[in-house]
Amino acid sequence: MATSSSRLLTPLARARGLGSSKHGTDHWWMQRMTSIALVPLGLWFVFSLAALVGADHATVSVWLGSPWTATLMILFIVAGLHHASAGVEVIMEDYIQTKSAKVTAIIVQKFFFTVLAVISIVSVLKIAVGG
Amino acid sequence: MTSVAPSARPRPMSPHLSVYRMQFTMVMSGFHRITGVGLVIGTLMFAWWIIAAGAGPEYFDVAQGFIGSWFGILLLLGWSFALFYHLCNGVRHMLWDIGIGLEIDGIKTGGVIMLATASALTLVSWIIAIASW
Repeated sequence: MATSSSRLLTPLARARGLGSSKHGTDHWWMQRMTSIALVPLGLWFVFSLAALVGADHATVSVWLGSPWTATLMILFIVAGLHHASAGVEVIMEDYIQTKSAKVTAIIVQKFFFTVLAVISIVSVLKIAVGG
Repeated sequence: MTSVAPSARPRPMSPHLSVYRMQFTMVMSGFHRITGVGLVIGTLMFAWWIIAAGAGPEYFDVAQGFIGSWFGILLLLGWSFALFYHLCNGVRHMLWDIGIGLEIDGIKTGGVIMLATASALTLVSWIIAIASW
């Protein structure tokens, strides 16, 4: 016999496993995926910057312009800003009480981090490809 | 009918922050979120730094000048520790996700190891930074 909790769900809803919010574990999963990626990328970023303290524009351009650095930097930007957005979203869900304000804040922060990611990637490409 | 005997002690209250005794684990947990917010602010500074690099030498000097000022260095100091704290504590979170170190002893030991590792990494990164200045 099915248990009482599983009987409340249709078989299709149970198979999809999306729960009441219809998003399932996607937000949680992406937060974990980006955090795994950010362990090596974050360590690379800090120690690279530590070696670049006070460097002039020419030095930073040569560093940022190499294919390896540009690739890692773009990966860091994408993973980092996705992770930042996911974290800020949870904080907003926790602390903003009014539903309309909550949804507005989440939309604004998603747009903000998306635009910031694109501007940053364009800046990296400008140095790496545009020379 | 059976009646429930009144309890000798009042029922425990939920942990209101103002009356709840501060514990190591709750401070560690709260600090994970606080460092996360701090890292978002630091990210804005580094995004500005990368955008400035793309904008050219004149504007890049403005960004480097700010980051090299005493206030910029202070931000970097806080940012570097926040990053290592959040990174090391994130590894703890991933270990908990696969069921490792969830007992209260494991959580406390893990917290101490995490704090020591984050502090050591911060120190090493600043030794490299000062050496290459």
